[in-house]
Amino acid sequence: MAWLAKSLNSSLGKKLLMAITGLFLISFLLIHCGLNATIFLNDGGVTFNEGAEFMAHNPIIRTMEIVLFGGLLLHIFDGLRLWFDNKKKRPVAYAVVDGAANSKWYSRSMGLLGTLLLLFLIIHLKHFWYFSRLTNNLTEAHTLYNEMQVVFESPIVVAIYVLGCISLGYHLLHGFQSAFQTIGWNHPKYTPTIKAIGAIYSIIIAAAFAAMPIAFYFNLIQ
Amino acid sequence: MEGHLNLTLKIWRQKNANVAGKFETYQVSGISTDMSFLEMIDVLNNRLIEEGDDPIAFDHDCREGICGMCSMYINGRPHGPNRGVTTCQLHMRSFQDGETITVEPWRASAFPVIKDLVVNRSAFDRIIAAGGFVSVNTGNAQDANNLPIPKEDADDAFAAAACIGCGACVAACKNASAMLFTSAKISQLALLPQGKVEAAKRAEAMVAQMDEEGFGACSNTGACEAECPKGISLENIARMNREFFSATFSSK
Repeated sequence: MAWLAKSLNSSLGKKLLMAITGLFLISFLLIHCGLNATIFLNDGGVTFNEGAEFMAHNPIIRTMEIVLFGGLLLHIFDGLRLWFDNKKKRPVAYAVVDGAANSKWYSRSMGLLGTLLLLFLIIHLKHFWYFSRLTNNLTEAHTLYNEMQVVFESPIVVAIYVLGCISLGYHLLHGFQSAFQTIGWNHPKYTPTIKAIGAIYSIIIAAAFAAMPIAFYFNLIQ
Repeated sequence: MEGHLNLTLKIWRQKNANVAGKFETYQVSGISTDMSFLEMIDVLNNRLIEEGDDPIAFDHDCREGICGMCSMYINGRPHGPNRGVTTCQLHMRSFQDGETITVEPWRASAFPVIKDLVVNRSAFDRIIAAGGFVSVNTGNAQDANNLPIPKEDADDAFAAAACIGCGACVAACKNASAMLFTSAKISQLALLPQGKVEAAKRAEAMVAQMDEEGFGACSNTGACEAECPKGISLENIARMNREFFSATFSSK
């Protein structure tokens, strides 16, 4: 298997790992967002809690949770490796760079956006994953939905979540179509569609996630 | 209509690869708007020579927009503010009177500065030497119609072959990546029946050499495509990725 390791360690291989893990995380976000969006049913979190309960005990989901953490760590590790590698390729910096003339700022800032997301993720996992999986605080009387209500009472937490969602939106806006380019899918027939779906996906995911803490904070949902 | 410009030039001066360089500021006056950017530097160099100073070293050859020697990073962009041109095709009418223009060499660890604005791009030659060719038996040329090639394939191969190896893609890329160059050189052969035979071996060898030379990875920002004087498309990078990963599983 040395041939596979060699290929994945090349500059192209590192990008392929980013693309595959990225697309996997994109599929996870869709499920995560869809499930969480049930809070907008305004049924006091009944549907949401049922969903959370199912996710917490289904063996397939629990196995996928491990795969998810593996994919996430690989994405982070590979991203940091690429970031540090790429930094070394231009030891003397340009005095003047007009980046806006040839590319989008968020496409040049994936490392920065990813780092912001990682910091956000640590806070986010502490709030909900740690609370629901690693402590015994979750009860009939205090559901995950109740915990969301408590966490999002703080305006600072709400602001951090909204900023996290904005970072996520821009990260996805570049990452979604970039992943397809890296795996070699660039063709006049479907590339415009991929870019359009990527933009719609990024905006919907970021807006829907950002709406959740805002809705709790302003008591828009009960 | 012809006009005349007074300009402030901040130009990178560096004796050789082993010493650190720095910017020198020069004032030039009465520059015709009809001059090319290189001719404007010629005017400055004539003055420097008359004054007994060392003229600014820069690469140039054809001055017809096709040799790609002019490795100048002007006001933060390879070959200056206009799209689809090399520096010799950039004219002074693209600048304003009184403007300060910053001129730097391509900056990449794989392109060491030889002197001033001249960089060593032999890394590109070694990428080509690693696999950017087709092995053929010598002898009589075969009949041209023996190998039918669809017009679309011939057009795509020709579009990729338009790459002049100037290195603007590396210069523009935030990672100093040479993927647009390498992918164009892989594509021009992979698209044609003569090149398909060695496609897997070629993709692996050229990518390995590209990494060996110290070019960065691709972030798909598209800066290379936007700054390429020959309009080489990002589709070539996607094709190189397909060629490389299929070679990973199929090469012997």
